[in-house]
Amino acid sequence: MTRLIYDGTFEGLLTAIFEIYDRRLTVVNLQKDGTGSSALFEDELQIITDDARANRVLKGLKTRLSANGVQRVYIAHFAGMEHEENNIAGYIRYAFDTQQNIEDDYGNKYVQRISQIVQMMRREKHRMEAFVRFQKLQDDTYYAAVEPDFNVLPLLIRHFKNRYADQKWMIYDVKRNYGIYYDLHDTEFVAMEFSASAPAGNAIAVFSEHEETYQHLWKNYFRSVNIASRKNTKLHLRHIPKRYWKHLTEKI
Amino acid sequence: MNVDRVTEKLNILADAAKYDVSCASSGSKRKNENKGLGNASNGICHSYTEDGRCVSLLKILLTNHCIFDCAYCVSRKSNDIKRAAFTVQEVVDLTINFYRRNYIEGLFLSSGIFKDADYTMERLVTIAKKLRTENNFNGYIHLKSIPGASDELMREAGLYADRLSVNLEMPTEAGLKLLAPDKNRQDMIDPMAFLNKEIIQRKEEKKLFKKAPMFAPAGQSTQVIIGATPENDQQILHTANHFYKNFNLKRVYYSGYVPVLADKRLPGLNTAVPMVRENRLYQADWLMRFYGFNVNEIVNSQQPLLDLDIDPKLGWAIRNMQAFPIDINKADLHMILRVPGIGLHSAQKIVSARKFAFLNWDQLKKIGVALNRAKYFITCKSGDYEKRDLTGTKIKQFILAESQSKYLKNVQSQLNLF
Repeated sequence: MTRLIYDGTFEGLLTAIFEIYDRRLTVVNLQKDGTGSSALFEDELQIITDDARANRVLKGLKTRLSANGVQRVYIAHFAGMEHEENNIAGYIRYAFDTQQNIEDDYGNKYVQRISQIVQMMRREKHRMEAFVRFQKLQDDTYYAAVEPDFNVLPLLIRHFKNRYADQKWMIYDVKRNYGIYYDLHDTEFVAMEFSASAPAGNAIAVFSEHEETYQHLWKNYFRSVNIASRKNTKLHLRHIPKRYWKHLTEKI
Repeated sequence: MNVDRVTEKLNILADAAKYDVSCASSGSKRKNENKGLGNASNGICHSYTEDGRCVSLLKILLTNHCIFDCAYCVSRKSNDIKRAAFTVQEVVDLTINFYRRNYIEGLFLSSGIFKDADYTMERLVTIAKKLRTENNFNGYIHLKSIPGASDELMREAGLYADRLSVNLEMPTEAGLKLLAPDKNRQDMIDPMAFLNKEIIQRKEEKKLFKKAPMFAPAGQSTQVIIGATPENDQQILHTANHFYKNFNLKRVYYSGYVPVLADKRLPGLNTAVPMVRENRLYQADWLMRFYGFNVNEIVNSQQPLLDLDIDPKLGWAIRNMQAFPIDINKADLHMILRVPGIGLHSAQKIVSARKFAFLNWDQLKKIGVALNRAKYFITCKSGDYEKRDLTGTKIKQFILAESQSKYLKNVQSQLNLF
């Protein structure tokens, strides 16, 4: 067993794959720097990310997988879930070691797991598309704070850019402390400093004139459409888990 | 804006519209052009009410004034309630401001009928037109067509709305006559037929000229109320099937009757909402639209009612044990779709995956098959086979004993009657 330690980047992961083939390693354990404990009797190999090598692996991967398949690998890594590296590496090795395209081999444990992770990411992305609640600020920017389970902000850019082309907006990930900002032309990643008295989720002080009116109207609407005789709390909670409530206007 | 007045109107007119069950906001393909506001195609549920229904559109009535006196309807003429009406601009402002904050996917606009059908329909169309042409709004718009509205207005509505719907209200003409004596079923069917013809024709035009305007790109839907009149499931599903086949409807919605009024023609005020039955009808509807079932396989004169204790696919399988077991590694997709516990996605994954290697129980489970039901109806790459010459009745007992259906409690209390 060889333990490969990489820096957590996608390029780092691809470089590790290069090393596996280059050194003809068979049994490996891939870990992000600082996440694993060292075990006895293991060889340890520190991977130094190398863009040229990573690119060769990526190029090879593109010949074995469809564009969609390559993207799935990328999204699975991007999810940043602990200890999933070996599954992602397993998927890539399975793709290289098989003549035909393996994307639909759902009986295979790596294909299965990647499919699951991608689905979890898609679900979270979709939830964020639904649960973002913009608040209009005095400078006409629409601001929303979110706390997604996974790092999905970059996957949201296209959706919100296509939808809100004529308003400035910002979606801020409070948990990971960065946001995306659209200035009517382009989007960029931003990080902000928040003071303890005005944390990232709270923008009331700078609300535009009618902001509170519309929040109030929305809360009223939400109450009015409920049918009390059909109350079903279990179903309600399955659809909007409690952890999202603190950023949902109608649930505050 | 007079905030208090608009708040009051919104409370009244959202409350009155909440029994309309249509909530879809998908199926369109409206793009955001020229840096305007919004797009429509995704179908996103932005919130959920405490009863668990999705909130995707601002669903309101333009007014709850109504010249009709339908027994099942809260807005009926003879009901003593507060009346209100939005102005065109109020609806436009609410829609735009809710949409910009990402509360909604668009507008669902229905109305009580004031004066006459055309007078009311014209106002609905004006709102849609204003949103599209003056506000460059590309979000979803669902207009409820008023029965009896003229072809000219329906045509204009189709140019601005993504979806149009005319509610059938009751599954049969007799039911409608009983509860809505002012309404005429033919007045509901005529606009549907007109729209169907128009949608087909516009689609042809669009093939020839790319620039031809979109016409109701998300099609038509309708709604029937369940449990207010004595129709059985066979009648209800045959009605739905008829409209799917002859009018190309995108959806038929089934709305379990919520008792809101005392009327000797209606179930009493303390009658429970038929939620399980409603759910079974939706499941049966899915089987017709996505799983290749013929309506007669689900309900017929021997089987006029859907089982309340098990879903309709399991019900069909138990009545047709001679068709099983099937070999999951060899059977057609068509048959795999008929196995209880296997959904659309799982069926497709199975067919893809078995090209690589035959699948066993463990792999099927990981793919997402509900083995607690499926195991009695399939064989796979494994010696075990769960059926052991069990009868349909026995299988049903096993499955019911194992499952923790959210409806099990209701069902048990019903069974105790016997």
